[in-house]
This record gives sequence, structure tokens and C-alpha cells, in this order.
Amino acid sequence: MLPYLHIGPVMLQLPGLALLLGLWLGLEVVSRQALRLRLSGETISNLVLLGLLGGVVGARLGYAARYPEAFLKAPLSLLALNPQTLDAATGVAVGVAVAWLYAQRKQLPFRATLDALAPGLAVMALFVGVAHVLSGDAYGMPTHLPWGVTLWGAKRHPTQVYEVLLSAGVLVAIWRLSRQSRGDGTLFLATVGLLAAVRMFVEAFRGDSVTVLGGVRVAEVVAWLVLLAALWLYPRWRTSYSQGSAGGGRDARAPSRGRPGHHTHA
Amino acid sequence: MPHFQPRTYHVILAVAALLGAGWIWLTRAPVESVHGGPPPAPREGFAAPDFTLPTLDGQRVSLHDLRGQVVLLNFWATWCAPCKAEMPALQRVYADEKARGLRVLAVTVETDTATVSAFVRRYGLGFTILLDGGAQVSRLYRVQGTPTTFFIDRRGVIRSVVVGGPMSEGLIRSKVEDLLREEAP
Repeated sequence: MLPYLHIGPVMLQLPGLALLLGLWLGLEVVSRQALRLRLSGETISNLVLLGLLGGVVGARLGYAARYPEAFLKAPLSLLALNPQTLDAATGVAVGVAVAWLYAQRKQLPFRATLDALAPGLAVMALFVGVAHVLSGDAYGMPTHLPWGVTLWGAKRHPTQVYEVLLSAGVLVAIWRLSRQSRGDGTLFLATVGLLAAVRMFVEAFRGDSVTVLGGVRVAEVVAWLVLLAALWLYPRWRTSYSQGSAGGGRDARAPSRGRPGHHTHA
Repeated sequence: MPHFQPRTYHVILAVAALLGAGWIWLTRAPVESVHGGPPPAPREGFAAPDFTLPTLDGQRVSLHDLRGQVVLLNFWATWCAPCKAEMPALQRVYADEKARGLRVLAVTVETDTATVSAFVRRYGLGFTILLDGGAQVSRLYRVQGTPTTFFIDRRGVIRSVVVGGPMSEGLIRSKVEDLLREEAP
């Protein structure tokens, strides 16, 4: 654990830097994957950046909406550089909506765009794990296993290390699969499914889980549903794309919306 | 990309559904981790480590004695620019919410009480200033830099930690509001 690094009078928050590094590397691999799928790397990068910007603005407004009295008394707080005043759920919803609108405007093919984003998602998941290693967040339950680590007053499962190792495995797998991707959306489904499986596994050893119904971990249930959705969609997206490619399918008739290779550049 | 027959996909889906449900049930959080209460540690979700420190006027304040109140524990220094920037907001929130049970404890490692007193007068601070001359409490809370702020609920559990600053007034008010709404134990 190394949450902070002092350089003279400056204190760097290393988990935040790890996330920024992950974002930068993620954008790099997204651009490369976009080119592989014959999409514009610049357009896809703009999609991610606009989604992030919309997400941050939405997250701040969502947080302020939860505490109207606090922000009416101090409206300038809306502009403060405090990451603690962000509402994640609203941020994700607004970020996805902004990215969706941009994709529609640029007539980006839906599934190919998701496949372009997939390796970036895997990179980001790895660096979230690295940020957890540095901060000591997402810590494990107490354990007597020999590989337990002493953290927060107890010997615990090194869940942050589990997360990094498994996420690195997912990244390697997605990296290899990305070379064969046809832009049918199945690379994205594979990424989401594998990351959901990792979350189900790691969450089982976490010491900070949100629980319901006598100890059922909410994150495991959500990850399980995401995994099942990805498994259910996988053959359907694959088949519909193959049929479209064979001729007569919607994707084949409207390549600018359903398949890579034709779109408006930024 | 892997490609299977449709029937194989159905089998995979069914196995994933069953194994997943079983895994979720088998790996429920142990009862003691839900109801046992966390050990003391300076992080979110854990009991706030107890301490006793002197105030500027020589009285002694123990965190344990404040159980039942919401405590905002702020580590600061007179020479720290973000600390200075957030002090007026801290004072305003304290003035507005002290009647509902908010206590603000501002801990400084400085030993020059005259400088600290002058700072308190200059900013018109009405909350409790604690002197941690030996930095024992700062070490206990693993404070890496100032300002660092811990929001502690009525049960003595740390609910939020903000490292760095300045905190906006909206941030302080929202964090405090959540805790003030909760019933005393």
C-alpha cells in the first residue's frame, strides 16, 4: 500500500495517478482497436472523452440534487475540485447518454464501437485494481491463509492482488481475442462477461461488501446478472452478424450503422 | 472468437446460472463481518481510534466522550494554504449545525500556541482546537499531509475520509447532513 508520494511540498495521490495512467493507456488501445475495425481512432477517442466529461458533470449535478440545501447555501461548491461530491450512478447514466448521442450523431456502428471500446475497458479494470493495491481500498476479509496480508488491523485476503492478477489475465485474453474481432459486439460481451466473473470471484473474499438478506453480497448478484446477460447475448449477436454478412441481414444493408468500415469522421 | 453450437450455449448459460447462484449463496459475508463491528483503524468503515488531547485553553477532550455526536476531525496547520481556505466553510457549517449535534475537532501538530491562537482569532473559529504537539494522534490516524478530514458518525465509526483540500462548503455540509440525520445509538 502506497497511497501518497511526497515530492518536496507536493503530496501526490498515487491511486488517482494510477487511474489517470489507466485512462491514457486505455484510450491508446481503444484507438488501435478502432483502426483495426476500420473506425476512426479520433472519433472513438472523442466518444470516450465526451462520455467522461458528461459523466463528471452529471455526477456532480446528481450529487448536488441529493443535497439541494447544502448546494443552495454554497452554489460555488458545484465547481469545486472535490471528487467526493460525485454521484457515480448519475455519472454513469449521463456519461453513457452523452456517448450514445455522440455516436448517433457520428453514425458510429453500435457493435463495432463497443468492440473498439472493449480492450480499453479491460485496461481500465486492471488499473482500478492497481489503484486499490495502492490505496488499500477494496480490502479482504480476515484470514489465516499463509498469503494473507496485514492491513487495517488484521491479516486479510489480498483481494487487491487477486483483482490485479485476474484483471491482467482478462486483459491478455481480450488482447488476443481483439485481433480476431469482426466488430460484431462479441469482443465487448466477452470483456464484460470475464470482468463480471472476476468481480464475482474477488467479491467473495472482500471485507467491505454491501450485503442484503443475511450476508448476500450485492456486487456478486449484479456481476452474476451481467455475466448471464453477456452469455445470453453472445450467440445472438454472433449469429445475427453472420446472417447479416451472408447477405440480406440488416447489418449488411446498413453498413454505416451495423458494421465497421463506413462512418463519418470527426 | 470461440464459436459453439446453439445447444452448447444453452448448456453454458444454464451451468453459469446454477454455479453463480450457488457461489453467491456459499460466499455470503460471515455474520460477524456484518454485525460484529470493525476494529479501530483510520479508514472508512472502521471505528475511529480513540485519543485524548489538550485544547488551546488547557482542557482535555477525549473522542470517546463525544459518542452520540457527529464529529468532524480535521488535521490542519496555520501555514497550510488549503487549510486556511477551508476554515471559513468549516466555521459556517459548525455554526449552523452545532445545535443538531455536530462537533468539530481541529487538530494541529504545531507547538507555538500564540501563532495558533492568533490564527483562531483571525478566522473567528468557534470550534474546538486541539494541540497534538508530539504528533501521536496524527500518527495514529496516519495523516500524510494537511488538511486531512475524518467524518465520524454518532457510533464512533469513520464514514468518510477526505485527504487534501480545500473542501468545498457543499462537500462539508453534505457529509455532515448524512450523519446528522442518523439516530443516536
